[in-house]
Amino acid sequence: MSAVKVFVPRDATALALGAETVVHAIAHTGRARGIDIDIVRNGSRGMFWLEPLIEVATPNGRIAYGPVKAADVANLFDADFLHGGAHALRLGSVEDIAWFKQQERLCFARVGVTDPLSVADYIAHGGYRGLRNALTMSGADIVKAATDSGLRGRGGAAFPTGIKWNTVLGAEGAQKYVVCNADEGDSGTFSDRMLMEGDPLCLIEGMTIAGVAVGATQGYIYLRSEYPHAHRALNAAIANAYAAGWLGADVGGSGKRFDLEVRLGAGAYICGEETSLLDSLEGKRGQVRFKPPLPAIKGLFGKPTIINNVISFASVPIILDKGAGFYRDYGVGRSRGTLPIQLAGNLRRTGLVERAFGVTLRELLYDFGGGSYSGRPIRAVQVGGPLGAYLPESQFDTVLDYEAFAAAGAMLGHGGIVAFDDTVSMLEQARYAMEFCAVESCGKCTPCRIGSTRGVEVIDRIRANVDREKNFALLDDLCNTMRNGSLCALGGLTPDPVVSAIKYFSEDFV
Amino acid sequence: MRAIDANRVKPGALLPILHAVQDAVGYVPPESLPLIAHELNLTRAEVYGVVTFYHHFRSAPPGRRVVQICRAEACQALGARALEAHAKRTLGVDFHETTSDGAITLEPVYCLGNCGCGPSVLIGDDELHARVTPAAFDELVKAARAAT
Repeated sequence: MSAVKVFVPRDATALALGAETVVHAIAHTGRARGIDIDIVRNGSRGMFWLEPLIEVATPNGRIAYGPVKAADVANLFDADFLHGGAHALRLGSVEDIAWFKQQERLCFARVGVTDPLSVADYIAHGGYRGLRNALTMSGADIVKAATDSGLRGRGGAAFPTGIKWNTVLGAEGAQKYVVCNADEGDSGTFSDRMLMEGDPLCLIEGMTIAGVAVGATQGYIYLRSEYPHAHRALNAAIANAYAAGWLGADVGGSGKRFDLEVRLGAGAYICGEETSLLDSLEGKRGQVRFKPPLPAIKGLFGKPTIINNVISFASVPIILDKGAGFYRDYGVGRSRGTLPIQLAGNLRRTGLVERAFGVTLRELLYDFGGGSYSGRPIRAVQVGGPLGAYLPESQFDTVLDYEAFAAAGAMLGHGGIVAFDDTVSMLEQARYAMEFCAVESCGKCTPCRIGSTRGVEVIDRIRANVDREKNFALLDDLCNTMRNGSLCALGGLTPDPVVSAIKYFSEDFV
Repeated sequence: MRAIDANRVKPGALLPILHAVQDAVGYVPPESLPLIAHELNLTRAEVYGVVTFYHHFRSAPPGRRVVQICRAEACQALGARALEAHAKRTLGVDFHETTSDGAITLEPVYCLGNCGCGPSVLIGDDELHARVTPAAFDELVKAARAAT
């Protein structure tokens, strides 16, 4: 009899919830009972309240159990979980769980399904079809597909990917680069991490397609040092892609070269800003550059460079596989395709929800999120990371698309949603926004470097009831200066959480 | 020197070298800067500037275990502020400081990507913990002390 396949995630959140002890327990119990078990370390399906979520391959499909603790394992064996036996933790097929069923997983189609490091498994699940197509196309046609798909940068700025690629395609240069911004520093976001841990080959394929499109032969993934698990997964997947001939001098037998290397950041939030990231990759302090010149013209080491977020690159293979029209048919208005949304903070059912643009905040918070984790009312929501506005309940019907969020004075950013219950002090959150900016400012421009420190002081004076009117006016003025005078989004957007906290939650500033 | 030789051919080699040094000895010794600068044809000021720019690099040896507490919003929404206060009080140190027995260095971190299950704590290089209550934190610290 062949070994029974059991899937136990190696996703960082699953590990943080005890997946490693579960693996040991399953392996140990299997050995003790003389059962041959093949444990596959997959990514997470994205339902964190059910993690560690394990799956067993049975003749009737994969059956899930969760959340499983090491102490449950002997019990699961007794219930014959290896054949899908009944048990209190039995969830049935993941695809039948409503939370999962209501998703539209394009980018995350393989995450949690496949062995993230196996090229064969990747190909068996539709991998490298996009690149195979791209290798038969001209660079201009690949770029056109990216443009026609309507894909916009998923890192937060939402700049049309195809336009960026087209600039690099048209730029003169013997050497061009493809750089992936994997410095996912926004609180409340983890989709990059989950993809890199759960389907790293998808990112590798997307970057390879970009390289083939514009004639770049070297790629770098700039990964934040806070992601050790993603680091290991990427390095292993890259090594496997080289061994299988999908990276290197002869990509997929095409005669085209594309090399790829992971570089680690060093705990600087600002390096998620693309020009500081490039400086950091060059071995310098991660300071923001003046633009122009654009990175597409003069990027890494002064050469034309495509720089995109993880999810942007990982969205490319399916576009080249199924066509620009297929992707563009998802979404609303000028926000096309799907967005991997991350439910975080004080919610009962947190995790990853990939949906076409157009879902409302309220659906995400209550239908998917299940309300607050603490059981108290949700009072405020921050979307788009530490530079995103705080929104009150009256704004929960805002539709997730880039324009609707901009109209509400907020930003969708990288799609992270952080919920707070009614114990939150919005004055403290506003103060923290300034404090964070002070800690993470690169120091190049004055409004950000000095303004953030002064901002903390002014809010402290408001809290201490010192010259309130005067200090509110001063804070307003300071926010204007930061917004209009900063070199990049860190100083320029730090006022958003501050101003929105005052606007919507003025009672906390009394 | 081994860290330099393994990485010097890379374009933009300074960060990979600093990582290799810190991975090997736990920090970037100030006395290593002239050598790194010389080998990369940089000034000592440039290397010093890079080391001090990044939160990750430390210029003095840490305690036997580094404990990082996430301070970011998603963890705040689940009690990270209280956890931070508890950690500082029970360990008797502020951030960036080491306990008097040399066992634990406490550091802040701004997001570990575990935002759905905070508060998050990272111990050592890759030991990530979710839903860390003050009581759970005490257990983790006890285990970390025992392991060193």
